[in-house]
Amino acid sequence: MKVSVTVNGNPVTAEVPDRTLLVHFVREEAGLTASNVGCDTSSCGACTVLLDGQSVKSCTVLAAQADGCAVTTAEGLAGPDGELHPVQQAFRAEHGLQCGFCTPGMVMAAVSLLAENPSPTEDEVRLALEGNLCRCTGYHNIVRAILAASKERVS
Amino acid sequence: MIPAAFTYQRAGSVDEALALAADGGDDAKFLAGGHSLLPLMKLRLAVPEVLIDIGRLSELSYVRADNGAIAVGALTSYHDLAQSSLLASELPLLAQAASQVGDPQVRHRGTIGGSLAHADPAADLPAVVLALDAVLVARGPSGEREIAAADFFQGLFESALEPGELLTEIRIPQGRPSAGWSFQKFTKRAIDWAIVGVAVQDRRVALVNMGQQPVRASAVEQALAGGATPRDAAAFAAEGTSPPDDLNGDARYRAHLARVLTARALDEAASRG
Repeated sequence: MKVSVTVNGNPVTAEVPDRTLLVHFVREEAGLTASNVGCDTSSCGACTVLLDGQSVKSCTVLAAQADGCAVTTAEGLAGPDGELHPVQQAFRAEHGLQCGFCTPGMVMAAVSLLAENPSPTEDEVRLALEGNLCRCTGYHNIVRAILAASKERVS
Repeated sequence: MIPAAFTYQRAGSVDEALALAADGGDDAKFLAGGHSLLPLMKLRLAVPEVLIDIGRLSELSYVRADNGAIAVGALTSYHDLAQSSLLASELPLLAQAASQVGDPQVRHRGTIGGSLAHADPAADLPAVVLALDAVLVARGPSGEREIAAADFFQGLFESALEPGELLTEIRIPQGRPSAGWSFQKFTKRAIDWAIVGVAVQDRRVALVNMGQQPVRASAVEQALAGGATPRDAAAFAAEGTSPPDDLNGDARYRAHLARVLTARALDEAASRG
C-alpha cells in the first residue's frame, strides 16, 4: 500500500507491503537509521520515535498505522543550524551514553517525558525510562542528563 | 521479525469496521493499538489474513459520566485512562492500574478495549473490570448487546465476543457506596506482565494470572461478607484457582503471592474506605 508519513518535517511517501513496520519504513524508506531495531519485541525501546508527539516503539507500529501522521526521530531534534536539542546536549555533557545503541531511543523517551512533565523528579525520570533498556547499564548518567535537560529548559 | 503477509484495511467508522469484518470472516481481526496483536503476529502465533484498523475511530476514545455510569470508550489508551481527571476522582482503581501497564510507549498505544478483547489472563485490566463489576458493550452484525464482565472472559485468550463483533464501550455503574480500592501487582521488571496481580474494589476481589482467565477470588469475598478480617480473608485467595507454572514461578509460588498481595490490597482498600 502507499504510505505517506511526515518524518522530521519532510514528507516521505512509499509503496510498501502492508506488513511493513514503522521502524523499517523510517530506516529504509526515509533513510534515517538512528532508530535501532533492538529486541524487536517492544521491550527495549531502542526504536522509540515520536508519533504525533507521543513516544512509541516503532517496531510495534505498522507503517500503515502512521499513514498521514508526523514522526520525529533523533535526527529531527537538532535545529536547522545543527544546534543540538537540549536533551542531546545534556546527554553529551553528562556522558549519558556508552556504546550508544540505546541512545536514540533514550533521547526520544526523554523528549516525550519532558513534553508532558517539564520538571520531573528523579523517580519520575526513572519510571519514564521503564520501557528503555541500556545493556551497558549506564542508567545513572542517562537519568542525570535528563534531569539536567529539564533544569536547562525550565530556567 | 515481521508478521506474515496480510491485507490492511482502515475503517472510517464503526459501521464500516463491522462491514469489513463481515466481509473478512474468520480470517479478519480488528487492530486497535496493536500492542497485544502485533507482537503475536511477529511470532506467527496469530496469522490473520485481514487486519481492520480501528485505531482512528476517535468516537470510541472517551471517558465520560453517562446516565449514572462512567462510560469508557474501548479505544481509550492506557495513557488517557491514567490522565483522566474523571477517573482519578470517580474510579481511581482503573486510572491507577492503567498507569502501571507496560511502559510509557506501550501506554501511548495500547487500549482498554484491545486488552479486554485479547483476554490475556496475565493482563491487568481484565481483572480490574471484573473487580469493577463492569458491563462491556459490543456491536455486531445483529446490533448492540451488553455483556457482564463476569461472563466476558471464557478462557485463555477467549472472550464472549462473537466473530465480527466489536467491543465499543466499558460501563461502570456509579453511585454505590465505596468501601475502598487497591491494585497490587508483582513483577520482576517494571515492564513485565504481573506474575500475580490483585484488584480490589468495594470488597470485590479479582486476580491477575491465577488461571486460564481473570477470576474473582470468591472465597475471599465470602469470608469478608461473613465478617472475617482482611488478613484472615486473604488466606483464601488461591482457593479455586489453577495458576500456571512458568519461568517466573510455579503454581505454589503464585498461590503464596496471591495470598500476600490480597492481604496488602485489602489493607490498602480498607484504609481508603
